Amino acid sequence: MRAILAPLKVLAHTVPTSVGIAVVTFLLVQLAPGDAVDVFAGESGAATAETMAGLRRALGLDLPLLDRLLAHLSGLVRFDFGCSIRYNAPVASLVAERLPSTLALMGCALALALVVGILLGTLMACTAGSWLDRGLSAVILFFYSVPGFWIGLMSIVFFAVRLGVLPTGGMETIGGDFSGPGDALLDRLRHMVLPTVSMALFFIAIYARLMRSSTLQVLGLDHVRVAAAKGLPRWVVVRRHVLRNALLPVTTMAGVHIGAMLGGAIVIETVFSWPGLGRLAYEALMSRDFKILLAILFLSSILVMFTNALVDLLQLWLDPRIRRRR
Amino acid sequence: MTRSRGLHRRALLASAASLVALPFAGIESLSAAPTGAGGGTLTYAVFPEPTSLVAISTSGGGDRLVSAKVVEGLFTYDFELKPKPQLALSWSATPDGLEYTFNLRPNVKWHDGKPFTSADVAFSLLLVKEIHPRGRATFANVRAVRTPDPLTAVVVLSAPAPYLVYALAAGETPIVPKHVYETGDPRTNPANQAPIGTGPFVFKSWAKGSHAVYERNRDYWDAGKPHLDRLVVRFIPDAGARAAALESGEVDISGGNPVALSDLDRLKALPNLAITTEGNNYQPQQVQLEFNVANRYFKDQRVRQAVAHALDRKVIVDTIYFGYAIPAPSPISPLDARFFDPTVETYPLDPANAEALLDAAGLPRGANGNRFAVTLDYNPFAPERLQLAYYVKQALAKIGIDVTIRTQDFPTFVKRVYTDRDFDFEINGLSNIVDPTVGVQRAYWSKNIIKGVPFSNGSGYSNPEVDRLLEAAAIEPSHEKRVQLFNAFQQIVAREVPLINLVTKLAATVYNQRVSDHTVTGDGLEGNFSDVRVAAK
Repeated sequence: MRAILAPLKVLAHTVPTSVGIAVVTFLLVQLAPGDAVDVFAGESGAATAETMAGLRRALGLDLPLLDRLLAHLSGLVRFDFGCSIRYNAPVASLVAERLPSTLALMGCALALALVVGILLGTLMACTAGSWLDRGLSAVILFFYSVPGFWIGLMSIVFFAVRLGVLPTGGMETIGGDFSGPGDALLDRLRHMVLPTVSMALFFIAIYARLMRSSTLQVLGLDHVRVAAAKGLPRWVVVRRHVLRNALLPVTTMAGVHIGAMLGGAIVIETVFSWPGLGRLAYEALMSRDFKILLAILFLSSILVMFTNALVDLLQLWLDPRIRRRR
Repeated sequence: MTRSRGLHRRALLASAASLVALPFAGIESLSAAPTGAGGGTLTYAVFPEPTSLVAISTSGGGDRLVSAKVVEGLFTYDFELKPKPQLALSWSATPDGLEYTFNLRPNVKWHDGKPFTSADVAFSLLLVKEIHPRGRATFANVRAVRTPDPLTAVVVLSAPAPYLVYALAAGETPIVPKHVYETGDPRTNPANQAPIGTGPFVFKSWAKGSHAVYERNRDYWDAGKPHLDRLVVRFIPDAGARAAALESGEVDISGGNPVALSDLDRLKALPNLAITTEGNNYQPQQVQLEFNVANRYFKDQRVRQAVAHALDRKVIVDTIYFGYAIPAPSPISPLDARFFDPTVETYPLDPANAEALLDAAGLPRGANGNRFAVTLDYNPFAPERLQLAYYVKQALAKIGIDVTIRTQDFPTFVKRVYTDRDFDFEINGLSNIVDPTVGVQRAYWSKNIIKGVPFSNGSGYSNPEVDRLLEAAAIEPSHEKRVQLFNAFQQIVAREVPLINLVTKLAATVYNQRVSDHTVTGDGLEGNFSDVRVAAK
């Protein structure tokens, strides 16, 4: 019973939060000066006052703030995100087109960051104070401090332009003639390597440092000493008695980072011409096409809340003590 | 094109004529071009990504760059902006300039197989007038379009509109199929996302945020063309990534300064790449320092002239634009050879004279050496305008004007300048599109001081004589008389400087040497690409 209730309870928390987010994001974007019609007219370089007024009327931009907010909220309840002013297309389909590529990039980057970060962190903790530890610390500090877009651009220059072994950007070879589905998949993977690694490096650095310190802490605990005293080999001690305890801070941070990754995705997507949500959000902001922006913000907040709920559940599974405390 | 490689930028500075002296005849003689190669795929990088693949209800830069590949216009224009046949074979006007007759090309089919007729032309011209952002202004005098037979369209005007025949390029006034657009709202017509035209390329697919694919139109009216089998348009938003894609050969061509200006010379030196600055004639980009003439300092003409005397166009060309610009002191760009008046006042660099003018205006240097302080805004559309702002700040400091630079995004800038009018002076760009009446008048005509409308008369300048000249030129059927009227206009505005016209950008096209015949008209890469050839990789 408890096993079913716990996830439900976690999910129930997300409802009021998402309503709050919808209202706050809506009010926040209103603060930006200028509207979509200003941008539309500005880009075209010659509009008339009548066409601009007509567009504002057609888009409902001339209505009072409260009316627009209520319309926005009632749309969200029905999962109707409206129609984009700029693309003259339903927002839902524009977002749906981009969602998979962003999720693929984020998922791969997060998985890579977790696996490599945890491995490196554990390795550094186990060899703390050695040259290996210090060397890895220096490398990690470098990737922690260098911005992702620079790494991205440099990796393009080196791997794509100089060596020519990987593509400079995009998601696939356009119009590529592939002999089978295997080739097409390989092509996709080749396009994913650089953006995934560029995005993951920063998070690898964070997780490795976090994992190193929490592992060191756990290594000093009594039960670890007992396990070692039993005569268990060192790797078994680490795997069975240390890792699970040391993982808690890393999983907590990973949950928080989903949001940060969505933010960082804009930069990586721009550098690698990756057709993702981050770029769509940025373009929507720059053109004041708020229907797209609000839909993406709403979707991202749901995604963040959902993954945080998932992390909470993961914690329950990892650490029985949390279960007991409830 | 091999010929453009030898064209040194100094030569461009020397004379605008060198830009417009490009004959069509050169095509046969391009022995370096791959002859009989045929076929192949061209990968073309476009930015910003279009919002619609047909430039019917938008005139966004990216939209114009792809639109003409599928949807054609009545004319194309050579480098001197002379009309060349596309869907119209010829035209004639009545002496009073109130009726234009267009003879249309026979045996042209839409990509869905239906025949192209004068009904499509009549429908499209009126649609452009209704929904194109510039259409309402350009086609304001169009009363009706008659279609006496399937291959003749007669445009009837309420007043002469001598600029009309220059507004009929595919990117500016696309001719769309009536049978596709006549039902429903044309702005949300599915054909805007999956265009149907008469052009050399047939639309295949558009993966938003990534690419669009076009294939050769086998039934194209210009037999033997296009030479390409396939056209892939890639949307690459980052300048550094575009440079990498061009350098690695993944992208064959991209226009409109696709890479950072400081990167152009490096790319030009690479063996596989070349650069041309042709094809800027249809839409010359003027870079301007625009004053708010209601400002307490800038309302005095002498202060504006002093600012002009403090700026050196040569420094702007060489340092800010890395040579990819030409000095342009007149409101009409030197690239518009039809109307540019080279004799206008230029206010050459002369700080002493500038200081004397400021003293005469009653603005002496204060205790700290400054005369007064103002804030400079800039339109963030092109990245180099921030550098230009730094230069203006530096140059004006020397004559005792303290400048603070203010940065903001495009919508904020537009609202500040045109709606709130909360600025002192600003750096902006204005394209001299089509004809001075359409592309230049808007910034100087006092009746175009319209609060809330972007790129109206932003300075707030008002001069009855200028208004009279512009209004006369707008309805003057005689080309010679229009030249005279526009010359008088240019003289006054260049002298009174409500805005200082600094330079015309020579937007560069970077291309792989395996590509040839890409820039054959005055609108450059906005053309239809039917002449483009690529050599095997």
